[in-house]
Amino acid sequence: MPKRTDIEKILIIGSGAIIIGQACEFDYSGTQACKALKEEGYQIVLVNSNPATIMTDPDFADRTYIEPITADTVELVIDKERPHALLPTLGGQTALNVSVALAESGVLEKYNVELIGAKLPAIQKAEDRALFKQAMQDIGLDVPKSGIAHTLQEAIALIDEIGFPTIIRPAFTLGGTGGGIAYNIEEYQKMVSTGLSLSPINELLIEESVIGWKEFELEVMRDGADNVVIICSIENVDPMGVHTGDSITVAPIQTLTDKEYQVMRDSAIKIIREIGVDTGGSNIQFAVDPKTGKQVVIEMNPRVSRSSALASKATGFPIAKIAAKLAVGYNLDEIPNDITAETPACFEPTIDYVVVKIPRWAFEKFQGTDETLTTQMKSVGEAMSIGGTFKEALQKGLRSLETGWSGYDNHPLEEIPLSELSSKLTIPNVERIFYIKSALKRGMSIDDIYSYTHIDPFFLYNMQEIVDFEKSLNITQTRPLLENGNPADTEFVSLMRQAKQLGFSDRQLSDLYDVSETKVRETRKDLGIETTYKTVDTCAAEFEAETPYYYSTCSSEDEVRPTDKEKIMILGGGPNRIGQGIEFDYCCVHAAMALKTDGYETIMVNSNPETVSTDYDTSDRLYFEPLTCEDVLNIYEKEKPIGVIVQFGGQTPLNLAMALKEAGVPIIGTSPEDIARSENRQLFKEVLDEIGLMQPPNSTATSSEEAIPIASSLGYPVIVRPSFVLGGRAMQIVYDEQPLQEYMNTAVKASPEHPVLIDKYLEEAIEVDVDVISDGHLTVIGGIMEHIEEAGVHSGDSDCVLPPYTLVDDQIEQLKEYTYALAEALNVRGLMNVQYAIKNEEIYVLEVNPRASRTVPFVSKAIGVPLAKLAARVMAGKTLDSLGFTTEIEPPYFSVKAPVFPFNRFPGANSRLGPEMKSTGEVMGIDTDVSRAFAKAQKACGYSLPLKGNAFISVRNKDKRSVIFIAKKLTDMGFELIATHGTAKVLLRNGMDVQLVYSIGKGRPTIHDYIKNHAVDLIVNTPTGDIHRTNELLIRQMAIEHDIPIFSTIPGAAAAVNAIDALQRGEISVTPLQDYHK
Amino acid sequence: MKAILALSDGTVFEGQQFGATGETVGEVVFNTSMTGYQEVLTDPSYKGQIVTMTYPLIGNYGCNETDIESIGPQVEGFVVREYSAYHSNWRSKWSLDTYLTENGIIGIQNIDTRALTRRLRVQGVMNGCLATEDTDGNIDVASLVAKAQSWHGLVGWDLVQRVTCPNTYAWNQHPSSSIDGYKDSTPSENGKYRVVAMDFGIKYNILRQLTEHGCEVQVVPAKTTAEEILAAEPDGVFLSNGPGDPEPLDYAINTVQELLGRKPIFGICLGHQLMGLALGGKTYKLKFGHRGANQPVKHLATDQVEITSQNHGFCVDIDSMPNTVDITHINLNDNTLEGIHHREYPAFSVQYHPEASPGPHDARYLFSQFTKMMGE
Repeated sequence: MPKRTDIEKILIIGSGAIIIGQACEFDYSGTQACKALKEEGYQIVLVNSNPATIMTDPDFADRTYIEPITADTVELVIDKERPHALLPTLGGQTALNVSVALAESGVLEKYNVELIGAKLPAIQKAEDRALFKQAMQDIGLDVPKSGIAHTLQEAIALIDEIGFPTIIRPAFTLGGTGGGIAYNIEEYQKMVSTGLSLSPINELLIEESVIGWKEFELEVMRDGADNVVIICSIENVDPMGVHTGDSITVAPIQTLTDKEYQVMRDSAIKIIREIGVDTGGSNIQFAVDPKTGKQVVIEMNPRVSRSSALASKATGFPIAKIAAKLAVGYNLDEIPNDITAETPACFEPTIDYVVVKIPRWAFEKFQGTDETLTTQMKSVGEAMSIGGTFKEALQKGLRSLETGWSGYDNHPLEEIPLSELSSKLTIPNVERIFYIKSALKRGMSIDDIYSYTHIDPFFLYNMQEIVDFEKSLNITQTRPLLENGNPADTEFVSLMRQAKQLGFSDRQLSDLYDVSETKVRETRKDLGIETTYKTVDTCAAEFEAETPYYYSTCSSEDEVRPTDKEKIMILGGGPNRIGQGIEFDYCCVHAAMALKTDGYETIMVNSNPETVSTDYDTSDRLYFEPLTCEDVLNIYEKEKPIGVIVQFGGQTPLNLAMALKEAGVPIIGTSPEDIARSENRQLFKEVLDEIGLMQPPNSTATSSEEAIPIASSLGYPVIVRPSFVLGGRAMQIVYDEQPLQEYMNTAVKASPEHPVLIDKYLEEAIEVDVDVISDGHLTVIGGIMEHIEEAGVHSGDSDCVLPPYTLVDDQIEQLKEYTYALAEALNVRGLMNVQYAIKNEEIYVLEVNPRASRTVPFVSKAIGVPLAKLAARVMAGKTLDSLGFTTEIEPPYFSVKAPVFPFNRFPGANSRLGPEMKSTGEVMGIDTDVSRAFAKAQKACGYSLPLKGNAFISVRNKDKRSVIFIAKKLTDMGFELIATHGTAKVLLRNGMDVQLVYSIGKGRPTIHDYIKNHAVDLIVNTPTGDIHRTNELLIRQMAIEHDIPIFSTIPGAAAAVNAIDALQRGEISVTPLQDYHK
Repeated sequence: MKAILALSDGTVFEGQQFGATGETVGEVVFNTSMTGYQEVLTDPSYKGQIVTMTYPLIGNYGCNETDIESIGPQVEGFVVREYSAYHSNWRSKWSLDTYLTENGIIGIQNIDTRALTRRLRVQGVMNGCLATEDTDGNIDVASLVAKAQSWHGLVGWDLVQRVTCPNTYAWNQHPSSSIDGYKDSTPSENGKYRVVAMDFGIKYNILRQLTEHGCEVQVVPAKTTAEEILAAEPDGVFLSNGPGDPEPLDYAINTVQELLGRKPIFGICLGHQLMGLALGGKTYKLKFGHRGANQPVKHLATDQVEITSQNHGFCVDIDSMPNTVDITHINLNDNTLEGIHHREYPAFSVQYHPEASPGPHDARYLFSQFTKMMGE
């Protein structure tokens, strides 16, 4: 069927802030959908609160609403735009849940909006556990024994039939939040209670445990003519019991015969038909009993998912794009396969390589939480790698993680006692694969390792082969051969070739042989061992590929034929992590788009499958490769670009800049030497002295003996951090000598190679972020952002406002002058971000990053100028003048950026905000009124501000004066106040009614009792340095669990109170970006 | 042990041996299926061919007693990127190495199979010679190239005689096991239809499917005459798949011509080509054939697309079809002919493999179509 002409305007809902379980992949899918539908001539209305997405770029939709993704806000958009259809399947669980809410409440019917892709009954059937189970039984498929519980009593009644261990899955929660495996009744009761409270419909699926079974996924697509195809099959290396998002996975399936695979395929087709997903992609998970082959269905997502993004990148088949086209009426056979150009999209991709996906976690930022991997997802990002064999792909994948591994390395703790080792194998954990290596090296048999891990022996055997090869290297004997590199020594040449075929990196060999990586590279080249590039073509070379999407593998033939065009290579940001995520991918994508318009051939290098940058049509050539010096140099030598951009991918490419430059790679934009000047403490001091700017008093220490006198001369509190970090990793405010000692000795293990920076902490200073662009002659401010929280909270974790809402013109002028001077002094070509602190009318420079910052997309959307695009063109030689960006824009409206935290995934972790970044994503609120903009941002974060109710206030002594105004305003607005003793006394004296609660351990009721009784709607609780921490942590923890907005700074609380006031005064309205930018 | 695959254009791939040792010649072809190597190995249609799997890891799940399509491996040689010595599957009985060794099939691994595939795609399939080193560790590469060049190739050669059954037999085997997923297909009445299956190299799964659909099957040698077949008084005649060029099989073409209109006929693959030739059409050799499990075929009557399993190097010319037949199926990748149905006679055939094995089960309805035809 050709496309539908009865609909013209389509509403697409995005997935909002990046959170665990919902990351860049939905920007990738949403962007593809917007592009595909716009191409077909439809008008696109988009709602997404995440400014760092490509999809919210104003040219991707006709009307772009950066507004909270909640049913009431989306209803306002529907009312204003009157779309004909709503496509709910491309914005993750968030979009699906909101769409269901709009359908169930009758809003869609009221405005005559048709759900396309998946209808309400289909979504309900797939998402509701009981309906899904029934549907599976109706078509004769097995599901694990299970039952539904809405109360603890119901859950206890079920357990007799199901037995332990049992899996608890709350309905409608993201990434299985609140789910888990219970091995005994006590654990079971606890998990049931948590699960019930987390499920928005208070429903749990209690399920027979199939822990240890093999886990598989199929990505299925269906069109309106009922054609169904399987795009990709995925096998999880980690068996059932570990969330697929936390599992190492492999595509395609490795250990099923065709007979078994076809049974699974038949089931998948039956399932998508029975559930009734009209068109589009679905992800279906199966478990297989390794002893009998019995297959059971685990679950189905009636929408595009994280695995769909992986499947798209793994096969070259653009699932989201095709899903969008199917939703408007096309059939699969009417859509061409972009990769081959000559065959239709109605087929099943076949691949001739192995794809491995490895998750990346951030437990180091959430100390105190249980690090066991369970059915609840905890990873914050993932790397994908493509290789000719599983071994090669695995090693490439491990080095793609950028966590320090150069491949399948030895675990630093490989000598741990056997008893400990076996528990490391049994209990799934982040480094289990490396413990497997330790076990293999100690001679533990594959059977034994299997009995601990239940990882299929096929994978264990492949790991064993890597270990065996390492042994066969005979390093002491072959070291001279590596040092000399004689190409005539065919035996050694073949040994080194074999190493490369097994995926060993130069770095790994350099570690094993204890020679420099440069030496390994040199010898390898002398021996004539070069990597080769192959094409990802959806068809295993059966047809010629039109699309240049490449991966490296050590083989005999290289398929890449570089063109003689002028090329620019863009280095991406690798796997998402806290502090480096979608914002940097956004910048890389912009660079590719801008440079393409300027006539350059663009080459993208990245290893993150969730991203838009790794879409085959974002750049002219895509290399899906690890971002290591070796891999990047190989591509450079192949393609010989005239310039390489390192300032858009966050810290990842910056860390490579020096080595690349030394190897002769032309880095364009700000030079690596100037970048180093900004990052090296001593050099940077010289820069600041030269232009006469101030820094907070500071120094550098390489041991605790050095640190203690430094800190006492600076005066506590001080901020301590290791040099060269991103996202404030291991950065802390230290109030005293003893914690400083602990920090120096344990947290960072300071040494002369790893000095620790110590800064005087400016208490209660206003922090300001400035993003700026310079072409070397002209410097133009992109945006000045005033943080709401005081300096000391990491800029990524702070709310901020553009333009500044309390700074005066003089201060703003001064900030601009300082920024121009810094840009000039550092010879910036492209983007720079400066963080300032303003205290007692003095402006201090906290940090300068001569690269694209996390706030570039936010600023670009706030001012309506694509800064990253301009910067890329400047780096390639254009002037700002020629690009028409010469004056600063101060928008007549306010944009507020607010962070979103993953604390609900990490119970037990310290959730207090500080200089170490902990947020996973951000949202934006825009309004002509700053308080309404703040309210929108809060709402978009998932913390709807209450309009009435009880406010609990407990502040440190220092804040007692400033909290009076806030408390007064709350009572004026009709709130009841609850406070602990000290705060209550102050409020009473100032004429307010206060209910007194006891501090914990001093009497009842405490605030915990109130929270448990749902009698608290808002919390203002400022931390008291390091004392009373436990009490505060408990309050924060409970607030997170009960979804109560909590403000831990006075400025934050003030902003919230003003926002509540604004909300009480009038309804929120919605306005598209295109209207703001007019 | 070293092994070499030499192509007739002089290209030489050096790798390691697995399976048997020795020397073999054949037409070098590639299969893009990611699963089902044991079914591929045992498919008689690969007689005369050295098969390359484009999927790089082969042997992962071993070999077993049931996933076979004939009495044993039929290929002349087997080419993979990485042979997995470890086999992991609850049904696995032997490693692929053991399986090939015991059946005398030479395997070569650790070569750039994608480079080989691209060469075959661009140049067309070509003859090759696969050999392992001798006891002194030598291989004469030049002689292998010469052997590849001097080999006669498939065109004009009656390969069916190498795979057809020597004598008529009754197929008694029921669907191999519940694992193949056929247990839930249409419930059937055993032996409701009597079918004579002409064996040109028939795959067991066709026989399993016919049985599953209620047929009692007599398998007869390829040279069985129409008279002999009619004497058995079947309800229908099945024309099987098989290896090589259909044109030299004049005896079979004659038989089909004589049977047309007298008994319901269903043909698959080579059977389809024979039907095409019997109806006056022409066949030709494809540049590199269709071998894999992901070929999209459009069923013109319903507009639905089936993902099909295919294995053929020859093809019926779509333009040569007389107007006595309807084109029922076409290949969406290259618009070649995939299925025909006679307008007057109860006879139809498809180029692809509805019995799958390996491959998707999308086209299983064709067996019901056959029984329905016999029922009318």
